[in-house]
Amino acid sequence: MKHSVKDIHLPISKQRWKHIWNGFLSDKLAVLSLAIFVFYCVVALAAPLIAPFDPYDPQFMDLENSEIAPYWISGDDRFLLGTDAQGRDLLSTILYGTRLSLSIGILAVIIQASLGIFIGLTAGYAGGKLDNFFMRCADIQLSFSTMMIAIVFLAIFQTLFGSDYYQQLAMLMLILVIGLAEWPLFARTIRASVLAEKQKEYVDAARIMGIGPMRIMFKHILPNTMSPLLVIFTIQIANAIVAEAALSFLGLGMPVSEPSLGSLISIGFSYVFSGAWWICIIPSATLILLILVMNLLGDWLRDHLNPKIYKD
Amino acid sequence: MLIFLLRRLFQACVVMTVISIISFIIQDSLGDPVRQMVGQSVSPTEIEEIRQQQGFNDSKFEQYSRYAKNALQGDFGSSYFYKEPALDVILKKLPATFELAFSAILIIITISIPCGIFAAIRPKNILARFLMFSSTIGLSVPIFIVGIFLLYTFSIELQWTPSFGRGDTVLVFGIWETGFLTLDGLSHLILPSFSLAIALLPMFVRLIRSEMLEVLHSEYVKYAWAKGLSPARIYFVHAFKNTMLPIITIGGIQVGTLVAYTILTETIFQWPGMGSLFLDAVNRVDSPLISAYLMVVGAIFVISNTLVDLIYGYINPTVKLASHGL
Repeated sequence: MKHSVKDIHLPISKQRWKHIWNGFLSDKLAVLSLAIFVFYCVVALAAPLIAPFDPYDPQFMDLENSEIAPYWISGDDRFLLGTDAQGRDLLSTILYGTRLSLSIGILAVIIQASLGIFIGLTAGYAGGKLDNFFMRCADIQLSFSTMMIAIVFLAIFQTLFGSDYYQQLAMLMLILVIGLAEWPLFARTIRASVLAEKQKEYVDAARIMGIGPMRIMFKHILPNTMSPLLVIFTIQIANAIVAEAALSFLGLGMPVSEPSLGSLISIGFSYVFSGAWWICIIPSATLILLILVMNLLGDWLRDHLNPKIYKD
Repeated sequence: MLIFLLRRLFQACVVMTVISIISFIIQDSLGDPVRQMVGQSVSPTEIEEIRQQQGFNDSKFEQYSRYAKNALQGDFGSSYFYKEPALDVILKKLPATFELAFSAILIIITISIPCGIFAAIRPKNILARFLMFSSTIGLSVPIFIVGIFLLYTFSIELQWTPSFGRGDTVLVFGIWETGFLTLDGLSHLILPSFSLAIALLPMFVRLIRSEMLEVLHSEYVKYAWAKGLSPARIYFVHAFKNTMLPIITIGGIQVGTLVAYTILTETIFQWPGMGSLFLDAVNRVDSPLISAYLMVVGAIFVISNTLVDLIYGYINPTVKLASHGL
């Protein structure tokens, strides 16, 4: 006997979304943050089109052009934000760097989310020993902190593969390590909502109708846990980008030839002492602004969707 | 209580075993210890002989159990670079990292608690709003940028503080090199410890504020108001105690973050601690040192987490210890 129950499980009704959206529009800070974030995304996507130079092209690495100050200081209109020590146009490297940082952040969080959602749903729905086991794993993993795990594993990979070969794999490795290290947050939040949803009648109804557990978990319960997920998703992307930047800063992430924002800051750090502050400060400001707007968006979502994020 | 303790102990053992297996794999697959021992001009047959002698041809399981047995006695092999026992090399650097982390924690506690409490009891106050706003910004600034900024402003531009190293240290108790006792050591400590603290401060301020707000809305606080207790007593005795409970648990979890952040801070300020030692070891493929570092850091995590759970159980007797985590 198979029934399709389409009308019971609309998670958040269209009207509520509309209401939330109207509330969003009336909050200037939130709108500004979203606008900046969208700007970042567009710029990152269109980097190859709008960047004045191609930073991966060795032809544009001209040492004669190295360490030129930004336009408003040096008056050199070829390089709007100046050049780095290798003579690369800073604006172009920042555009490409933002592109890399954002894609690493988003891909890593997609891995976190899929793993976390799957484990959280299973643990919450199945309960018992399985639940216990997963939650203990989450406890232990959380107590080690993502940064620590990421540093250790990337360091090991780097020594195992040798640094030349590692540089080719760096992006994949970063995504995998950041992605795999932070699943517990998603898993715990999902599990907490699943435990609450499981008590409700519609789940009983679905079960009585003979719908399989997989279908109940993914089609009936999961849509109802979306609002906390959305909040974590935003904040986690910001965290992933910070983690990537920190790892690149330590020299465990993206190589100098293919710099993300973190590696740009790391390159620039060596020139802070010699007075070429822009190589370090401009990428830092770019990174800080990106993280700030994502955190503001996350805060806004948390305050207005008001999900119970699992705290400890 | 005893059962809880035993379960915690069991969990600690499991975690340490996993870490030791990872460390063993690192030591096993990185570099060739025989090559390190004999150098270049030795024939392959002799190398094979030494391999046999040293037991490198035994099964992995036998090798691991030997490794674990030695590790239990504190023997992680000799560092390839320093030619000294790896554990000694790490323990020599431990005071530097410990003092850095300790001063950071001290700064966090002295700043975050008053700020958090103030932001909670006067939420509309302009200063409280400023605190919350700056904590949002603070959350968005990665620690290494904080470090670079402090370094640039105070060391390079203003030249108030030294920019790298630990400065003068004094040997106390024969084993511990401290920078706390000299003026030079303290001046070197200021910037690294503040950048470490600033990285974690916003989170704690926000956490204390939100916990305190929650507590202030609870029934028993309303009852205390109705009873006519003085505000100071309500805020600092009744509400504060319950605010600190979740903070302690979360603070315990942050130990891991703190250790990871010390690596970043030590890189920026060239602080001669365990973190920079670890990164150097990675660059030099010094596998005994890497695996010894993992074991030491793992042990620090496990011990601090267990301690935090015990403290939590001690100050909050209502918690059912057996059901509270394994």
